[in-house]
Amino acid sequence: MSEVKYSKEHEWIKLEGDVATIGITKHATEMLGDIVFAELPEKGSSVEKDGTAGVVESTKAASDVYTPVSGEVVDTNQEIVDDPSKINQDPENSAWFFKLRIKDKSEMDTLMNKDDYDKFAKETTA
Amino acid sequence: METKKTSLYQLHQDCNAKFVEFAGYHMPIQYSEGIVEEHKFTRKHSGIFDVSHMGQLFIYGDNELIKDLEKIFPLDLKNLKINHSKYSFLMNKNAGIYDDLIITKINEGFLIILNAACKDNDFKILKELLQEKYKMVLDENRSLIAIQGPKSSQILNEIISGVKDLNFMSGNWFSFVSQKVYITRSGYTGEDGFEISIPNNFADKLTRELIDKGSKLVGLGARDTLRLEAGLCLYGHDLDRDKTPVEANLKWAISKERISKGDFIGSDIIIKQLNDGVSKIRVGIKPEGRIIAREKTKIFNQSDVHIGEITSGTFGPSVNGPVAMGYVENEFAKKDTKVFLEVRGKKHAASICSLPFYKKSYVKGIN
Repeated sequence: MSEVKYSKEHEWIKLEGDVATIGITKHATEMLGDIVFAELPEKGSSVEKDGTAGVVESTKAASDVYTPVSGEVVDTNQEIVDDPSKINQDPENSAWFFKLRIKDKSEMDTLMNKDDYDKFAKETTA
Repeated sequence: METKKTSLYQLHQDCNAKFVEFAGYHMPIQYSEGIVEEHKFTRKHSGIFDVSHMGQLFIYGDNELIKDLEKIFPLDLKNLKINHSKYSFLMNKNAGIYDDLIITKINEGFLIILNAACKDNDFKILKELLQEKYKMVLDENRSLIAIQGPKSSQILNEIISGVKDLNFMSGNWFSFVSQKVYITRSGYTGEDGFEISIPNNFADKLTRELIDKGSKLVGLGARDTLRLEAGLCLYGHDLDRDKTPVEANLKWAISKERISKGDFIGSDIIIKQLNDGVSKIRVGIKPEGRIIAREKTKIFNQSDVHIGEITSGTFGPSVNGPVAMGYVENEFAKKDTKVFLEVRGKKHAASICSLPFYKKSYVKGIN
């Protein structure tokens, strides 16, 4: 069974084997408002835990997207680049951002589970 | 200083507004539906904007006031008809813009609508220039409500009969539950619409009635995307003291009659720039992809030379793509000139385009 984990930067990550799918949380999309632009890392590139791995922009401002774990980018979701409004519609499922072949599974242990994240999100918004 | 609230504050809260502080006021940036929906609803139907933070300056006087104001504004005010409005600027001696504004001739004198962030300074400057000869009131007792979009005329006319007969850039006094309201057919979205100056105590009632008739509140976020698509300038971004109306490509707003005489503040510079040209000028800029180039983005030419800067840039919901305007060196201002915008360290192709991005749909003008 695959478990979904969450970062303090409001990304979610789902690990299946050694491939992790990463996107931004529903809470993040609610804070951002209407997303009108998305930029993703290049396929084949390497990203480091907590490093920048993309950008989303709302009508108001640009925000970096970080990767919660290190790895090699094996796939990116062109659909959200072509129609960024999909990120607002289904952020934690079909509107994933990129997939990584991860280097170190133990990096997953530093992340929050759903309950902890929901609590964190509530506290940081209040 | 304490952040001020407009008389619609409670209504904004009731409509789940997200607030920002803007020019010393708690203002709604958006409501629950979000900027894109609010923007589209305004273009398709009708949106209500609380612009009560803007200054409503009444200056009382007659022919002498007209003469004195003509020394300040590059307008042919003596030939302006009662209840007709003009877009203009308050300038310094170098023709740098202190504020852009709408001035309307009323029976008792003039009503000038000023930007919120500039209004106190404008008042001080005008008071000094007019040497305290006239009664001037920056009226805090009136709210200003804009209703914009194709259905606005019908909606407002159901509540205040007769407004549908106003021409673009003209106004009149009407009455709303026995209160005197001054309504002009104007706005800042590129759509047909009205701006209503109404006593504070009645602003909430009028706005709720407009909502009942099918209009919806729209926040400052969509106001910005609407005005940018319409190619309209935002003071403090596209206009400031270091830019002149000629550089801002707004020379259409300067009266030819007044230029020939040249006796207003800043006229020397304006005339010189009209004759000799300017080194930088405001243009529309259309990025080729989806990249959004925001304010302060550097603009480069094809030889990688820095030629200007973006002053406003966002995503245009009706254009369904990024839109921007900025200032470039004059020789690169021609339509379709290819330029590059530096966003997050990478250069992105864009081209100079004509404004507006979205066709204006004003009703028939008066002049």
